[in-house]
Amino acid sequence: MDDFGSESDSDYASYWRDWFISSRGNEYFCEIDEDYLTDRFNLTGLNTEVQYYQHALDLVTDVFDLDCDDDMREMIEKSARHLYGLVHARYIVTTRGLAKMLEKYKKSDFGKCPRVMCHSHPLLPMGTSDLPNMKAVKLYCARCEDIYNPKSSRHAGIDGAYFGTSFHNIIFQVYPALIPTKSTERYIPRVYGFKVHAAAALIRWQNTQRDDMRRRLRKMEVETGFKDGEDDIEEDDDNDIEEDEEIVGAVELNVATAGVLVPAVERGGVA
Amino acid sequence: MSTSSGSPESWIASFCSLLGHEYFAEVSEDFIEDDFNLTGLQTQVPMYKEALEMILDVEPEEDDEDEEDEEEEEEDVSGDARDTRPHAGERRHHSRIASDLSVIESSAEMLYGLIHQRFICSRAGIQQMSEKYESNHFGVCPRTNCNQTRTLPVGLSDIPGEDTVKLFCPSCLDVYVPPNSRFQTVDGAFFGRTFGALFLLTFPEYDLTRSGNDTVTSLTRSQNSDSDMLNGVFKKNIAPGLGPNKIYEPKIYGFKVSEIARSGPRMQWLRNKPQDINVLDEARQFAEEHGETDDDDESMNLNGRAPARRRPAGNARLRQQQRQNQNGSPMAIEANGAESEL
Repeated sequence: MDDFGSESDSDYASYWRDWFISSRGNEYFCEIDEDYLTDRFNLTGLNTEVQYYQHALDLVTDVFDLDCDDDMREMIEKSARHLYGLVHARYIVTTRGLAKMLEKYKKSDFGKCPRVMCHSHPLLPMGTSDLPNMKAVKLYCARCEDIYNPKSSRHAGIDGAYFGTSFHNIIFQVYPALIPTKSTERYIPRVYGFKVHAAAALIRWQNTQRDDMRRRLRKMEVETGFKDGEDDIEEDDDNDIEEDEEIVGAVELNVATAGVLVPAVERGGVA
Repeated sequence: MSTSSGSPESWIASFCSLLGHEYFAEVSEDFIEDDFNLTGLQTQVPMYKEALEMILDVEPEEDDEDEEDEEEEEEDVSGDARDTRPHAGERRHHSRIASDLSVIESSAEMLYGLIHQRFICSRAGIQQMSEKYESNHFGVCPRTNCNQTRTLPVGLSDIPGEDTVKLFCPSCLDVYVPPNSRFQTVDGAFFGRTFGALFLLTFPEYDLTRSGNDTVTSLTRSQNSDSDMLNGVFKKNIAPGLGPNKIYEPKIYGFKVSEIARSGPRMQWLRNKPQDINVLDEARQFAEEHGETDDDDESMNLNGRAPARRRPAGNARLRQQQRQNQNGSPMAIEANGAESEL
C-alpha cells in the first residue's frame, strides 16, 4: 500500500495492523509505523484510557501470547482497536502520518464531498471532539469548508477522536499547495426561472459578507484564495438584473391544469 | 381508456417501483390524458405516440384503424402535431418489431420523466410529493450542522440529459449528490428546477427546524401568525441550518485558524445568516432609508393635494434627524421601523 512502513515492518510483524486497516469499515485508518507504536513517549497517558492496556498494546504490536478464554480475548481485541484509534489520532499529525493520509486523500479514500458545487472534491476524516466516545467521525471538505456525515453506516460508528479536531487543518498548513481554490458558485432556488425572495435576500446578504471579507483580506494583502476572474462586480451585475423578478411568499400557482407555463406565475413585487 | 388486462401492474406503477426510482411520484392518468399538459413534448421525445401508449398501457395491437383515426382527429385539433403525423403513422407499422421495443421503452421513460416534471408542480402532484416527503422518501441532508433535515429531489436543468437528480436541503439552501449511486442514473430534468422551491412555498407550514429522523409520523403544521413571516416565509424556516453557531470553525489544538492564514476560513459566508433575521427585510429597510413612503405620496398626490403631502414628508425629515442622532444602531432602526408603521 505504501513505502513508509516497509523499512521497519516485516510481513509477519504487521499482522494485526494489516488485518485492522484492511477490514471493512476501517478504510479511513492508515497504518501506524511500528517505530511509532513502540516508542512509549508517543503513548503517554493512554494507559489510563485503555483497559488491559499492556495486552492491547501487545496485540497491536503482534507480541501477544497470553493464554485466555474467548471473552477475555474479545475484551482485549476491543481495547486494542480503541488503543489503535487513539494512537492513530496522534500519529496522523506527524510528518509520516500526514504523508500517509495525504496519499489516501489523493485517492479519495475518505469519499467525496456530497455538495454539488464542490464537484466531488475529496474529503478528510475528522473528529469534532478530541475526547473518545463523544462524537462519531465526520468528513471535512476543504473546498466548502464544511463538515458532513459519512454516507455509509459502517463509518458512522467510528469514533471521531481517532482522527482528532486538528489533523485536517494541520495538513493544509503543512501542504499549502493542497488548499483548493474557493468558488463562489452556488445553488439559487428558483420557481419557473424566478428567484425566491426569501432565499435571494439571504444570498444577497451572504454575498455582502463575502465581499467584506475579500476587501478585508486584500487590505491586509492576504491571498483571498478565490478563482481569478470570479470578481464580485460581475456577480453583482447578475444579481441586479433579476432582482425585481422574485417571487414573494406563497404565490398561488395556477398549475393544476397548466403544468408549466410561465404566465401561470403570479408575481408579487417587492413592496 | 382501455388498460391492458394481462399485466397485473400498470406501466407507471412498475416504473415507479424500479430500483432507483424511489423519488418518482405516480403521475395520474387523468393528467397524462389531458393533451394540454403534454404541450411541446412531441418534439422532445422520439416515437412520442408509441411511448405515450406504453405509459398509458394501451396495447398497440388493439390499436386498430378506428382508434387510429380517432386519435388523428384529436391531433388535428392541436396545430403543431400536424406535420409530425405522417412520420408517426409510418413508424407505427415498424414499431411491432421487437428491436424497436427498447427504443420505445426508453422513449416512454423520457416522456414519463418530462410529464413528471410538470406533474409534481401541479396541485395533485405536489400533494403526492408532500406525502412522500412526510414518509421520508427523499433522504436527509448530509451536512452535519443541518441535523438530518429532509431534502427534496431537484434538477439543475429542465432539459433532459444534462445532469442527474440532486437533493435540495431547505435548511442550508444547498444541493447535494444523492448518497446512493443508483440515483446517479436518474435524470434531474425529470424533477426540474422549480419543484424544490415551489414545494417550500406551497407548504410553508412544514417545520424545517425539526430533524428528519424524529418527526417521521407527524411533521407538525404549526399555527403561526403573520408577524412570524418575513419575505413570504416563516422566520424560523429561513435556512435554519445556517447562522453563527452552525458554521464550522477550523481549529488546531483548540486554537481557531485565523482568517489571515493562507489556509484560513474563506467560505464561512456560505453558511452564514444574520443574527437578527429582520436584517433581510430589504423592503422595509429601503423604505426607512429613503424616507418611508415619500415616493408613493408624491405619485398619489400629484393632483394638487399638496398640504396632505407636506406633513409626512416633514415627519420623515424629522425621523432622519433622529436616526442620525442615534448613530445608526440596529436598535434605533428597529424603533424607527415601528414608528413608521404608525
